Amino acid sequence: MTGNSLYGPLDPAPDAGWTDAPPRMGFFTDTSVCIGCKACEVACKEWNLVPDDGFDLLGTSYDNTGGLSANSWRHVAFIEQRGAPHGDVLGAAAGPQFLGMPGRDLPGRDPDAPRTDFRWLMMSNVCKHCTHAGCLDVCPTGSLFRTEFGTVVVQEDICNGCGYCIPACPYGVIDQRGDDGRAWKCTLCYDRIGDGLSPACATACPTQSIQYGELSQLRERAADRVAHLHGQGVGEARLYGHDPSDGVGGDGAFFLLLDEPEVYGLPPDPIVPTRDLPAMWRRAGLAGLAMAAAVVVSFLGGRP
Amino acid sequence: MSRGSPRGGRGRGRGGDRPMVPPAEFRSYYGRPIVRPPVWHHDIAAYLFTGGLAAGSALLAAGGDATGRPALRRAGRVTALGALVASTYFLINDLGRPARFHHMLRVAKPTSPMSMGTWILSAFGAAAGVSAVAEAAPLLPGPLRRLLPPLGTAGQYGAAVLAPALATYTAVLLADTATPSWHAAYPELPLIFGGSALASGAGVGLIAAPPSEAGPARRMAVLGAAFELYGAHRVETTKGILSEPYTRGRAGRWLRAGRALTVLGVAGAVLGRRSRVVSALSGASLLAASLATRFGVFDGGVASAADPKYTVIPQRERLARRAEDGQPVRDPRAT
Ligand code: SF4
Ligand code: SF4
Repeated sequence: MTGNSLYGPLDPAPDAGWTDAPPRMGFFTDTSVCIGCKACEVACKEWNLVPDDGFDLLGTSYDNTGGLSANSWRHVAFIEQRGAPHGDVLGAAAGPQFLGMPGRDLPGRDPDAPRTDFRWLMMSNVCKHCTHAGCLDVCPTGSLFRTEFGTVVVQEDICNGCGYCIPACPYGVIDQRGDDGRAWKCTLCYDRIGDGLSPACATACPTQSIQYGELSQLRERAADRVAHLHGQGVGEARLYGHDPSDGVGGDGAFFLLLDEPEVYGLPPDPIVPTRDLPAMWRRAGLAGLAMAAAVVVSFLGGRP
Repeated sequence: MSRGSPRGGRGRGRGGDRPMVPPAEFRSYYGRPIVRPPVWHHDIAAYLFTGGLAAGSALLAAGGDATGRPALRRAGRVTALGALVASTYFLINDLGRPARFHHMLRVAKPTSPMSMGTWILSAFGAAAGVSAVAEAAPLLPGPLRRLLPPLGTAGQYGAAVLAPALATYTAVLLADTATPSWHAAYPELPLIFGGSALASGAGVGLIAAPPSEAGPARRMAVLGAAFELYGAHRVETTKGILSEPYTRGRAGRWLRAGRALTVLGVAGAVLGRRSRVVSALSGASLLAASLATRFGVFDGGVASAADPKYTVIPQRERLARRAEDGQPVRDPRAT
């Protein structure tokens, strides 16, 4: 345990007691190349035997999954926007909102093709495998644990469905499965990566929007990618969850986004609840002392 | 997603001492929640009440025994055990896998208020159990009749020492989540819960004790109610937009009912001290008040998690404050 066990930059696997831990592994999800094919959602379900979510037409977009849940460990968000914020690269100029018939040319092949200011943002969301994971901090059974790869995994034979991890996640990721009572979420394919394979979603992704690897390398690659996009005039490209000094000590799964995080359903400034735990216990201690004092006064004070 | 999201993308802070200018609009993904509302049922809200009642009753029993008031001792000990049994039922019933409740006892984990609470509750339960059983000593055969009372006394004081922890850890349990209005209320929640526990314990004393013994229960009622009302007032007025869920809808109704019943109970306890009937009614009113307050706090938190504005707007404000202070937007120790 180091001084930053509850908050601040940290290498989580050694802090959790792993000696000779391998490098921390994670995901870099580059939403600028996501095409919304949902191969990741499907591959995840297939590999991890995640049950059906039920058939639900949400009526808001091409997204009928809605969000991450006990039965959706990858979720592809679809956001339809008018008024794309920049010029030529991802969408441009004026014009009516009619999206037109599909063209015969590959998109971008003809630079003079008419364009509207309409854009789609697509993003494959997943558990962040936080450096300081709220879910893991509060689990009272030891079911949630930190793996040698620095990821956060539920042991389903231990979980008793107390449900505490669910409101403790600042991203709303982990969830209880109704018919089973236990908590479920992405394991970063713990069974695969232990054998040197890539997680199912990253393997299935046809555009390398989901990149799996050593977190330190992914962070460098992501910084280059943002610089490249900025150079192309995509000024709104930004990283999310990459910074070890953020409120959760940095995410093991971080993102390149093209708009504010909340547009994708992500919290703009997540903080692990446990950061304030020492202050909370202090407050509880004070209140407990006040209670004891009140009882003493009640029994000794006043008329005998 | 974009401006004017389906679930009314407007967020306006209402009331609150803290001057703040909430952004008129916020953005979200089709108005869907960002943090996940707790999956706990009202079992947990009920446990907040019964756990507090057990703690308050144990304190009443210890005070009563120490100052020679047998009616307070007896009522306190018996109620503590009854509330404890109810608590255990509620806690186990709310588990997704009730048959695995004992998995809680695999570890003792300081970062998990639920783990700490399990151990507090277990220790309290053993102590309070012995002290309640000791009340039956006169009915038992010889050796037990002599052995039990000293054990009961030890258990009674043990339970009283643990009672403040039992009454306040539940506040930490709720606050140590990303549920916006629970987390924001962490400075005051323990005081509310502690006060509510005292008031409910006092309620038991008012119902069970003759006027000659009920004096301490009346004073305990006044002090407990003061803690509870002060804490609730702070939570409802000083958390900016995060106070809002406590003042609206079902949570607002629970908390207003709790306040009214508390005031009624305290007034009856103080003014009706000569009447056994008025005292007992005041006690019942205090018990109902404690229950209502717990349900109100519980529902307020759930409501704050269900609407993304309570996640987005305070976090945006935090980022803006940090930028204003000239700190890097990602300063680790900011706020
Ligand atoms: S994103 Fe949520 S579920 Fe995933 S590790 Fe972080 S706190 Fe746990
Ligand atoms: S539901 Fe399971 S994984 Fe979540 S905190 Fe409880 S025991 Fe741990």
